[in-house]
Amino acid sequence: MTTTKKTTKKKSAKSKPTDVNAGLTKEQRIEFYTTMVRIRRFEERSLRVYQQGKIGGFLHLYIGQEAVAVGTVSLMGEHDHVITAYRDHGHALAVGMGMNECMAELYGKYTGCSKGKGGSMHFFAPDKNYWGGHGIVAGQTPLGAGIAYALKYQGLKGSCMCFMGDGAVNQGAYHEALNMAGLWDLPVIYIIENNGYSMGTSQERSSAGEILAKRAEGYHIAWDICDGHDLEEVRQKTSEAIARAHNECKPTILEIDTYRYRGHSVADPDKTYRTKDEIAEYQRTKDPINLYREKLIKAGVFGEEDAKAIDKAARAEADEAVQFAEQSPFPPVEEITRDVYWEVDNPEHKVSQGRMFFQDPPAQD
Amino acid sequence: MQAMEEEMERDDKVMIMGEEVAQFKGSYKVTEGLLERFGDKRVIDTPISEAGFTGLAIGAAMMGLRPICELMFWSFSYVAFDQLFNNAPNVRYMSGGLANVPLVIRGPANGGTNVGATHSHTPENFAANTPGLKVVCPATPYDAKGLLKAAIRDNDPVFVMENTILYNDKGEVPEEDYIVPLGVADVKREGTDLTIVAHGRATITSLKAAEILKAEHGIDVEVVDLRSIRPLDEETILKSVRKTNRVLLVEENKPFCGVDAQISHMIQEKAFDYLDGPIKRLSAVDAPAIYSPPLEKLQLPYPELVVKYALDTLR
Repeated sequence: MTTTKKTTKKKSAKSKPTDVNAGLTKEQRIEFYTTMVRIRRFEERSLRVYQQGKIGGFLHLYIGQEAVAVGTVSLMGEHDHVITAYRDHGHALAVGMGMNECMAELYGKYTGCSKGKGGSMHFFAPDKNYWGGHGIVAGQTPLGAGIAYALKYQGLKGSCMCFMGDGAVNQGAYHEALNMAGLWDLPVIYIIENNGYSMGTSQERSSAGEILAKRAEGYHIAWDICDGHDLEEVRQKTSEAIARAHNECKPTILEIDTYRYRGHSVADPDKTYRTKDEIAEYQRTKDPINLYREKLIKAGVFGEEDAKAIDKAARAEADEAVQFAEQSPFPPVEEITRDVYWEVDNPEHKVSQGRMFFQDPPAQD
Repeated sequence: MQAMEEEMERDDKVMIMGEEVAQFKGSYKVTEGLLERFGDKRVIDTPISEAGFTGLAIGAAMMGLRPICELMFWSFSYVAFDQLFNNAPNVRYMSGGLANVPLVIRGPANGGTNVGATHSHTPENFAANTPGLKVVCPATPYDAKGLLKAAIRDNDPVFVMENTILYNDKGEVPEEDYIVPLGVADVKREGTDLTIVAHGRATITSLKAAEILKAEHGIDVEVVDLRSIRPLDEETILKSVRKTNRVLLVEENKPFCGVDAQISHMIQEKAFDYLDGPIKRLSAVDAPAIYSPPLEKLQLPYPELVVKYALDTLR
């Protein structure tokens, strides 16, 4: 296992990678910590409103995986992009989307990031290089290759980080995308957030082979594995993949070991396929937020009280987001048929004629 | 072919990808000469991975490129269904209008070529049933070029469904730059006794039938070619119905929930008082595309059968 990994890495790593965390300032490290805590509190708050029956639909919580989104996204430059699957709240907050627009989207409100048209699984913020939020397992993986393709086509030094769960590695679209990424040297980084379960089916019951990233070898793609509970290790490994994309215009598969404390979605009773002890053990020994807090306290970056203040602020921010969402209006009924066609929404540029919609929204008194 | 060449010349964000489009020059030679002219950066041979390369094109389109994907057969869209019918039409909507997919998917969608059921699908009704997609079915060289150019300039995903049997048809195409806007039907033949509404090759079949009806029965048929399925030019159809008062709908699409089911509904709703008899339909025989050559010819509308249905409509 270790030998193979080293051989693969040798192919691509031309020199010893630089320590991406060496120059981190105190403020940067506190910011990473804060963002992780904000994601955690946002997710807990959204679970509460779900349980209160204020929001419906699917809700795939990111609790436990925060170090992955925050660590990877913290390295993004001007031409680095993100696309992910349906467990997308963490990445959204990490790229700088506000809790308000995210919470309002869960409520289906007009002030939501997608005007209430996408819901939990379909957050978007192209202005922050964040291309969604995709609901079908692995459906986003060819799109990630396409974003990287467009960067290369335009001669830009960038990358696309395409996030996916460990269940997505068994979809055909992913393998088609990998083949093209390897064949055409696309600067895409497939980040497998391996939380051990493809919905309720454990990795050993769903995927052949022990290391999912190793499938890269069949496509001549570099790969690596990483401890996803350690934010700074996530940053280190991701920075090597980004350097490969920027400097060599080549893809990477990075498998990040992580864990979700909650079920696949809140509709998942989470009682049949794993034990409470397993979850408790992760929370006790591997929680990415606890680990980073201890690290920062030990390093003298901040104290226990500072951490508490950050937590308090994040809870307050999540409460305010709920208030914002509840006070926001629902989209007007006419919105059902808006944002379907660019051309319809931009009549001054309309070229086509003829009927575009065949059932209009019902008139409201 | 000219359409792609001209649009690639006009806009360097336009590129074409698909199986055998570059070195092989296209399975039907539709992309011949493009590789030599624009190079392998813009004319790309893909692996046999329809879900992969159409999905890649969607991602590239979100970033501002204007990809054209060639499907060797539209039948192969079925292995890319999630990308073409789930991602392409929904990205704009789910992003609340923040992301767009200016994408063209083109290729042949027709039966009648003796290749059996898996290669003979006509999914224009699937596409038309999917809000967020536009779909066109050209019948003549002039329309094929003009519609494709309009599709390439369109900021929404447009599915262009061509017909291999029509690839060899010759027709006048002007030298100057022109487009055929989406959503504009074309009266391919004027007449007063009966309106035939058709699209794709059924238009050509209906025009041949119209000649027979004129020569042998003295009947003047008006043939309305939809050209574009969605958006749909209802007004041109209704205008013709108001003139002739009799309607026959001809398509190579399968009948159940086919394109003409929608047309039929629309006519009865909006021109009921103008109809002198029931609207008749002639679609493909409702079974998978048969291989056996003599029977295959009978499965799709052919001129003599259209004549029979036309006479029946006028009875």
